[in-house]
Amino acid sequence: MEIFVFSLFAVLAILAAIGVIALQNPVHSALSLAVVFVALAALYVLLSAPFIAAAQVMVYAGAILILFVFVIMLLSPGTDRGAGALKSQRGLAVIFGCVLVAQLVVIGASAVLPSTLGKYTPAYLARVGDVQAIGELLFTDFALPFEITSFLLLVAIVGVIVLAKKQK
Amino acid sequence: MLTINYFLILSAILFSIGAVGVLIRRNPLIMFMSIELMLNAVNLVFVAFSRYLQNLGGQVFVFLVLTVAAAEVAVGLAIIVAIFRSRATVDVDQVNELKE
Repeated sequence: MEIFVFSLFAVLAILAAIGVIALQNPVHSALSLAVVFVALAALYVLLSAPFIAAAQVMVYAGAILILFVFVIMLLSPGTDRGAGALKSQRGLAVIFGCVLVAQLVVIGASAVLPSTLGKYTPAYLARVGDVQAIGELLFTDFALPFEITSFLLLVAIVGVIVLAKKQK
Repeated sequence: MLTINYFLILSAILFSIGAVGVLIRRNPLIMFMSIELMLNAVNLVFVAFSRYLQNLGGQVFVFLVLTVAAAEVAVGLAIIVAIFRSRATVDVDQVNELKE
């Protein structure tokens, strides 16, 4: 049953990912990317990570994708002509992509997990709750990255405002 | 029986599709979307390992990667808008000179 759900969303994610890079209209590519985000969120739920699934849909499909669609509409490029000067290198790029996927699939298929497991068993997570467990970690072990991330967001906001202002 | 290898292989395929997308598309927005695809593939690996090693640090890291990706997309799109607002084309091959 799990394998059926996994293969359904995996095939959906792969088809949508191919759609992102193959479709000519950028708006179609953005919508295909939204399908990838939602399929990955479903896989996160399958992996007992409901908080990450919700955050993925909210942040990626709800904010980042909207930003992409806004910029696509703002620049209004129409359809992409494909590679202009580098048309001859596209075949080489696809070949290198196939080599990359072959290497990574071999590594992924032969991965063996170590026998020492952490303390967050599914029973513990079902009792405590995924959000509470992540919150505990965020404020104890990962407190420094958490604070740095908030600073990073501030820097990003200031940078975007500076970049997007009209030049005098 | 769903082992971790399924998720690793899926993530490898998604990452490679994103990498090929960055290489063969010349529209900067589609290149950016392919980069987001690669980030999502890595997120999937993190969550898969977090589940199968029963270590929640993977999910916390995905949370931080989500935040950094949002900041990166905002700044990157601002840069793209600033560059291509003054030009008629949205082809990265045309943006090969620093002059106005």
